Amino acid sequence: MDSNTKARIQTIINSSQIMVFMKGNKLMPQCGFSNNVVQILNSLGMNYETFDVLSDMEIRQGIKDYSNWPTIPQVYVKGEFIGGSDILIEMYNSGELREKLEIALAS
Amino acid sequence: MVKSEDIGTAIKRLLPDAQVSVQDLNGGGDHLQVDVISSSFAGLSLIRQHQLVYEALKKELATEAIHALALNTSTPKENT
Repeated sequence: MDSNTKARIQTIINSSQIMVFMKGNKLMPQCGFSNNVVQILNSLGMNYETFDVLSDMEIRQGIKDYSNWPTIPQVYVKGEFIGGSDILIEMYNSGELREKLEIALAS
Repeated sequence: MVKSEDIGTAIKRLLPDAQVSVQDLNGGGDHLQVDVISSSFAGLSLIRQHQLVYEALKKELATEAIHALALNTSTPKENT
């Protein structure tokens, strides 16, 4: 991944406290896994932004290298990668996600 | 498309003690639910656990032979 793509990714990540790299957008998720994340964040009433990786192949591939995570969606909270669909579901079900987000957003 | 046993083999190459179960979610061989139980996950964050499995399936994921992968990891203790 070239430095320009990396810089673009960092800018996108830092543009919102919660940033979701997904297929599609909040209103029209284009993939079941991306939809899982949108539904979870909506149900927690969180403010978050999204980036549609289907609109930018450089970011779509770059984000996988950036976090060493080969799948989409990817969720970042205050710049930290916290997981994809599976992990968000598991953290949501255990209550850990709400706690982690509230702590991160409060600080 | 990937055969279930190939997935088990690929994961066990990296995690020899792993117990692997594979479910084909839509019959097409590329939308899979994979459950992995291994003592190698002990003390690791969920992200690190999943990264290990993704590492083992790097080729299949890169070529999109696996298009969608739902993953569940646990240690033998957690699983009993």
